[in-house]
Amino acid sequence: MLSIKNLHARVEAAEILKGLSLELPAGEVHAIMGPNGAGKSTLSYVLTGRQGYEVTQGSATLDGEDLLSLEANERAARGVFLSFQYPLEIPGVPAMTFLRTAMNAQRKARGEPEISATEFIKRAREVAGQLKMDFDMLKRPLNVGFSGGEKKRMEIFQMAMLSPRLLILDETDSGLDIDALKIVADGVNALRSPDRAMLVITHYQRLLDYIRPDRVHVLAAGRIAATGGPELAHELEREGYDKYARAA
Amino acid sequence: MTLSLALEARDLSQLPSRRDEDWRWTDLRGLIRELPAPSPEVSADVGPGPFGDLGEAVLLVVNGKVRGDLGLLNLGEGEARVVRLRFVSATAATGHGVKLAARLAPGAHLTLLESYEGQAADYLADAALSFQLETGARLERIVLASDDAEGVSVSIATVDLAPGADLAQTTLTDGARRQRLETRVAHPGQGAAVRMDGAYLVADRRHADLTTAVNHAGTDGTTDQLVKGVVADQGRGVFQGRITVSPGADRTDARMGHHALLLSDRAEVNAKPELLIFADDVACAHGNTVGALDEDALFYARQRGIPEAEARAMLTEAFIGEVIDRIVHEGAREVARAWAAERRVG
Repeated sequence: MLSIKNLHARVEAAEILKGLSLELPAGEVHAIMGPNGAGKSTLSYVLTGRQGYEVTQGSATLDGEDLLSLEANERAARGVFLSFQYPLEIPGVPAMTFLRTAMNAQRKARGEPEISATEFIKRAREVAGQLKMDFDMLKRPLNVGFSGGEKKRMEIFQMAMLSPRLLILDETDSGLDIDALKIVADGVNALRSPDRAMLVITHYQRLLDYIRPDRVHVLAAGRIAATGGPELAHELEREGYDKYARAA
Repeated sequence: MTLSLALEARDLSQLPSRRDEDWRWTDLRGLIRELPAPSPEVSADVGPGPFGDLGEAVLLVVNGKVRGDLGLLNLGEGEARVVRLRFVSATAATGHGVKLAARLAPGAHLTLLESYEGQAADYLADAALSFQLETGARLERIVLASDDAEGVSVSIATVDLAPGADLAQTTLTDGARRQRLETRVAHPGQGAAVRMDGAYLVADRRHADLTTAVNHAGTDGTTDQLVKGVVADQGRGVFQGRITVSPGADRTDARMGHHALLLSDRAEVNAKPELLIFADDVACAHGNTVGALDEDALFYARQRGIPEAEARAMLTEAFIGEVIDRIVHEGAREVARAWAAERRVG
C-alpha cells in the first residue's frame, strides 16, 4: 500500500527526515513512536502535501503511484487522510457543510457522482451515533469552541465518513481522557479492514493498548532506528527513547 | 468639498482631494480631469435590481431623477414599511446627483433595501441622504452597492437619532473605479442604539471606501460596529471609522471591529479606526486586523480533499458571513449571502 524509500525532507533550512524508509502493507496497522522533535509530525505533513515541507530525496508511493507529485487535495481524493494533532477551527462553516463539500470534491476528483443531501445526513447520523456524538454538534461551525476531546472525535467522524484507504493518526490520544480515548479507539478499530492501512503516530504507548499495531517503528533523528512487534512499544514505555536518541 | 457641489457648480475645484484628511485615500480631484455632461432623464426599464421583489414598495432614482413617491420615506407614528430604494446610473459618461430626506415619526419602523446599480460605464454619481428618527423609531438600512468597474460613486448619509431610536445598518460593496459610502450619525444616547456594519469584497482594480462617524452626545448610548473586507488583485479597501464620545456622554458602550484579508501582494487596505473618548465612565473597545488567509486552515481543508481555489473561496465567504448573519431582515440576509457567494474573490 504505502512504500517510503530513503525519504529526506526539510523545513526551511533544517533537514528533519534523513533517509526514512518504511513499507506499510494493506490491512496492517503500524505505529510510529519517537521522542519529541524526531520528525513524526513532519512525516505526516510530507505524506499529505503541506506547503513548506520540501522533499529533497527519496520517494513515497501509494499502490505504486507517486504521492509526492500530487497536490494535497489530490492525495486526499486518492484516500489519504490525516487526523490532525491539533485540528483547526473553521469559523463560519458548519461541520456538515465542510464535510459534505470535502466529500463531494473527492468524489468529483474520482469521477463519481455527488452524494445527495439525504444520503449524506443519513450516513452522518449513523456515524455520529457510533461515535456517541451529539448530532447537533455537526451543525455548529467546525471545531469552534469544541474541547480537545470533541475535536479529536470530530476528526474520527470525518475519517469514518470519508472512508480513506491510508489513515494517518497524528497524536490522536493527546487531549483525550480515558473514556474519550476508548470511544475514539473503537471508531478507529471499526475502520480496520484488509484494504486499508493505518499509520499511528504517537509519543506514548497508551494509545496502542486500544489500537493494537502489527508493527512498531521507532523514529529517531529523522529515520527509522528500530522496528519490532507490539512488544517494542512496551519496551519504549519502560526504557524511554534515550538509547535511540544517543545512537542517532 | 464634495462631489455634489462640484456637479452642481460644474467646478472641478470643489472636488475633495488628498489634501482633505477625510478623503486622503479616496482622491477625486486627482482622478477626475473633466466634469461630464449632466445625465439625461431616461425612461428605459431598469430591471428588478438586486433585492428583486422584496418589500412592499419601490422608490427608483434613475440618473438622479426620482421615479415614484417620495412620501414612501416619510413614516407616520407607529407605521412600518419595507421599501426598496434604488439608485441607478443608466447613461455612460454623464454625471448626476440627488438629495433625499426620510423622516420616521415616533415608533415608526422602516426597513430600507438600498441599492446602487451601475448599468452603464464611466459615470459620476452622487447621493446625499438624510434620515431623521424620532423617539423609538427604528431604521434597518441594508445597502448593496454594485457599481460599474469604471463608475465613480459617492453616497453620503446623515442620520439624526432621537432618544430611544434604533439604527441598524449593513453596507455591502464590491467597489467601483472610485467609490465612497459614508454614514454620519448624531447619537443622543439615552437608550438609542446603533449597529453600523459593513463588508467589502474588492477585486481587479476596484476601490471601495466605507467611512462612518458616530458622535455620542448623551449618556447611555450604544454603538456596535463590525466591518470586514476581502481584497484581491490590485483592489483597494478603505475603512475609516470614527466613534466620538463627547464630554458628559457617560455610560456609552461603543465597540468597533474592522478585519480585512489581503489575498494578493498588490492588494491594499487603508484602515483608520478611531475612538475619541472625552467622557470618563465608558465601555469602549476596538480591534483592527489586516492579514492573509489562514494557511493552516487552508491546508486543513485541502487535506480533506477540497481544491485550493474552492477552499479559499469557502474560507473568505465564511469570514464575510459573520457580518451578513447580523442582518435582521431575512430576505435581505439571503440576498446578501448570495451576493457574497457570487462575488467571492478568493
